[in-house]
Amino acid sequence: MITFENIFKSFGHNHVLRGVNLKVERGESMVIIGGSGTGKSVLIKTVLGLIQPDSGQILVDGQDITQVKRDAFLSRFGMLFQGGALFDSMPVWQNVAFRLQRGALKRPMAEAREIAIEKLRRVGLAPDVADRFPAELSGGMQKRVGLARAIAAEPEIIFFDEPTTGLDPIMSGVINELIREIVVEMGVTAVTITHDMTSVDTIADKVAMLHRGTIQWCGAHTDMAQSGDPHVDQFVNGHAEGPIETLR
Amino acid sequence: MILIVRALGRSCIDAIFALGRFVLFALATLSHVFRPPFYFREFFSALLNVGYLSLPVVGLTALFTGAALALQIYSGGSRFNAPEVVPQIVAIGMVRELGPVLVGLMIAARVTSSIAAEMATMKVTEQIDALVTLSTAPMKYLVMPRVLAGLMAGPVLVAVADSIGIFGGFIVATQTLSFNPANYIINTMNFLTTADILSSMAKGMAFGTIATLMGCYYGLNSGHGAQGVGVATKASVQAAAVLILAANFLLTAVFFTA
Repeated sequence: MITFENIFKSFGHNHVLRGVNLKVERGESMVIIGGSGTGKSVLIKTVLGLIQPDSGQILVDGQDITQVKRDAFLSRFGMLFQGGALFDSMPVWQNVAFRLQRGALKRPMAEAREIAIEKLRRVGLAPDVADRFPAELSGGMQKRVGLARAIAAEPEIIFFDEPTTGLDPIMSGVINELIREIVVEMGVTAVTITHDMTSVDTIADKVAMLHRGTIQWCGAHTDMAQSGDPHVDQFVNGHAEGPIETLR
Repeated sequence: MILIVRALGRSCIDAIFALGRFVLFALATLSHVFRPPFYFREFFSALLNVGYLSLPVVGLTALFTGAALALQIYSGGSRFNAPEVVPQIVAIGMVRELGPVLVGLMIAARVTSSIAAEMATMKVTEQIDALVTLSTAPMKYLVMPRVLAGLMAGPVLVAVADSIGIFGGFIVATQTLSFNPANYIINTMNFLTTADILSSMAKGMAFGTIATLMGCYYGLNSGHGAQGVGVATKASVQAAAVLILAANFLLTAVFFTA
């Protein structure tokens, strides 16, 4: 279980998170929605230690993340980055097997490669992709490789940061389905950041909406349509008029 | 007037903060040298890039500089009837000063810029964040192997530059200035001391370390987007070049004024 308790984070005068309180239960697929620049990515990066919150506490399974051993802690996580964040200096299979080639999870090279190819197959990529470099792949293929890398070490918790950004609607649908399948199949806890409502509908068990640095609404995906919150209604229906200010 | 003083004060404070950040970065790098894990593959890859692949540009630069130096010394020496000092001055000039400084500046141009651009791009495209989430410390995986490669490749490159520079002077002196080849070599060998060579190697180590460290520092602290990559690359080369020249002065003062 991941618990955010009163998380604050500012960048200069930009107060991005202003007291976020949120609980993500074990085995649950939580989707965090919100407009661009509302701090969704910042929130998940605080869990991984990529960004330090100014104040507040984050607990994973009841343990304060500042008190845990970093390597062991991070080995419980997988993350799919918005742009893939694949290492362009190494071929696809080494990207996927990165964690399996060094550190506590190190395996013999042949075994690591075999696992990488199996994970690539799981995300719908042929084994011949393994020896290609990330720059030789399309955006959709890069997302799949990123997904394969995120699941390669069988993590307990996976973060998906804008998994469908930059993809065409069909490929977005494919990636959403793939994420849902993997989350169910592996029984992992998943936190997805998105403003794509198709992703929400496919991936979410629960939805939280981040607005003005706090959780505006949180509830089951099935309750979202009847949330009664004008912010959620405006966001879900994509209305320009409403309580969420828009620049025109 | 107050505005000018305030701006000056702010610049000084910013400079002190920047220096502090760099010193902390250098100390953090140093601390990783002694703590496992060690990424040998990354180290050998960096050694290839910093050392082996720099050989052509270092060699050519040293060759032409040594050749030009021989011509200049012959011309200058002739003014006070001492043109025969060419082998000695070429040797001392290359080994004590030009070899190390040329290597430092060439590494700054070739290696510092490429390290800064590569790391800044990795930062912009979240590859650095990805490394962290994959339980790999960027300081250990990216910075330490490159800085160690700079430290080790620097003296080797300087030795190559010194030798080729002296050879450049030898070719010009024997082919166009009518020097006797055997005498030229004997004069060079007799004039150079062990201290000259050791100081040259020490400078190579210092300059190799500075060049790679500046590339890593500016790359990992770059701003956003393509502009951030450009600014980091430019700043890293400028800072490395200035620091190398400043360090050269300091090291020369330490080695040769005592």
